[in-house]
Amino acid sequence: MRTRTWAPYALIAPTLVLMAVFLVYPIASVGWFSLRQHTVTQPWKNGFIGFENFRRMLFEDQLFWQSLAFSAKWVVVEVGLQLVLGLVLALIVNETFVGRALARSLVFSPWAVSGVLTTGIWILLYNPSTGIFQQLAQWGIGDPGTSVLGDPATVFPATVVTELWRGVPFFAILLLADLQTIPNDLYEAASVDGAGRWRRFVSVTLPHLRDAIVLSTLLRAVWEFNNVDLIYTLTGGGPANQTTTLPLYVARKAVDSHDFGYGSALTMAGFVILLFFSILYLRLSKFGSRA
Amino acid sequence: MTQTLTRPATVSPPPPVPPRRKKHRDPGRYLRLHLPLLLYLLFTLIPFYWMLVFALRPAGETALVPWPITFEHFDTVWNGIGFGLFFQNSLIIALGTLVVVTVFALMGGYALARFRFRGQRVFLLALLCTQFIPGAMLLIPLFVIFKSAGLLNSLTGLVIADTAFQLPLALILMSGFVRNVPVELEEAAMVDGCSRLRAFFAVTLPQLRPALVAVGSFAFIGAWNNFLFALMFASKQDKFTLPVGLSYALGEFNTDFGALAAGGVVAAVPVVLVFAVVQRFLVQGLSAGAVKG
Repeated sequence: MRTRTWAPYALIAPTLVLMAVFLVYPIASVGWFSLRQHTVTQPWKNGFIGFENFRRMLFEDQLFWQSLAFSAKWVVVEVGLQLVLGLVLALIVNETFVGRALARSLVFSPWAVSGVLTTGIWILLYNPSTGIFQQLAQWGIGDPGTSVLGDPATVFPATVVTELWRGVPFFAILLLADLQTIPNDLYEAASVDGAGRWRRFVSVTLPHLRDAIVLSTLLRAVWEFNNVDLIYTLTGGGPANQTTTLPLYVARKAVDSHDFGYGSALTMAGFVILLFFSILYLRLSKFGSRA
Repeated sequence: MTQTLTRPATVSPPPPVPPRRKKHRDPGRYLRLHLPLLLYLLFTLIPFYWMLVFALRPAGETALVPWPITFEHFDTVWNGIGFGLFFQNSLIIALGTLVVVTVFALMGGYALARFRFRGQRVFLLALLCTQFIPGAMLLIPLFVIFKSAGLLNSLTGLVIADTAFQLPLALILMSGFVRNVPVELEEAAMVDGCSRLRAFFAVTLPQLRPALVAVGSFAFIGAWNNFLFALMFASKQDKFTLPVGLSYALGEFNTDFGALAAGGVVAAVPVVLVFAVVQRFLVQGLSAGAVKG
């Protein structure tokens, strides 16, 4: 129905207004702030300083590069593991077995839990005095008093496992939804042709899931890049800034030191990286190819 | 194992893949299916269980099965620390966001699915792009906007912020759901003399009930769980939400673990329940191509 009425515009108007005020304008103002010295606590120094913030960021700020490197490591490890485990989980709960509906509800449930709550739960589990490692030590496994979050050698894997707990269900849900659209005839035909289980997985399942895998991986990569809640509350970026991601660094600049100008310059760096991913995503999702 | 009699037919649709193995037992199936499932269930449930144990056992004890159980920690967090109030704030924000997001997503989703209009592609492109713009990175300008609009320390302000960030994806999802309702039904009603609006309410809306449940629930869960906006824009204690309250319970070193766990249970129960109910709609909705729009 091609219409020349005002109806569709009226219907999308609230969304447009909200997006303009809370997404478009803030992005523009980040650009403006990034060229200024703007600190809430020292307003008398505020003013236009050109690219000074960027110079400081690129050439003087060790923590910027360190947080960028950690962000990359975080995204690659986290998304890779979530994809593999999520795919395995989706394949499992796509089978028919007694109690499948309950099993799905249970294994997917961490998806609904917030980052802060995830932190709370895992702090209880990880704490050195009454946590799970203390319990295991009582049974003779490992050493008592192990503090996985305090030890630089274990803080990364401990954080990764915590986010996996919450992140794997996302992949499992998306991939399960796609698994259910594979026509059963394909499997039957493959079986008739003598394909074993592994062969059916490689020749039928994986090609069918390809698009879903690509898109969910990219979406998740962006979300994990932006993940702040969990790391902020679990490690606070520590010990010694070891687990500081770029968005966490931005958030701390904003929340703790109120250095809005410099924080905005850091944000611009993040935007450039996200822009790259957006373009990749839009190309891969074949945006606009739908009739 | 008889696989055909597992569930009453009303609980969920018939399994899309009929069991390939028939009657004979297959030991490999346990290794391939039940063992990994069991391991994963342990990984999922032990942390939940650990929280429950801490919440229900008296301080200072270490029993793995708390008995007798105590509700002292719930009393501490609910009445002492103020989680009762935080719960109320979270509920108001989550319900408010649910209503606003669902209504606006329905309007916009309908527009995308049923009309062709100038600027439609640009609008869709903008919606998709928002998926890459993190709220965390926009904290600074948002704080400035909220401050000048007088929306700091206001539950309304948080509803607005949550709505703005959830609406784009909700709208995309909703347009997929609307597209799945045959337009012919609506057109038939209009031929019979209904206005477009009447036709929508009489014919299309009832079909969208699962979509409303799904989109509304996600808005609820998203707003309930939002941390950074609440932390940044509502710094007065009487406007704290559950995640902010929890983060302060975490922050104090040498935490009262019992109170932390009880607060966690308070924060977890509503969303986990909501999710258990809508999880089925989610998989079905995604399966039907709702996200491929």
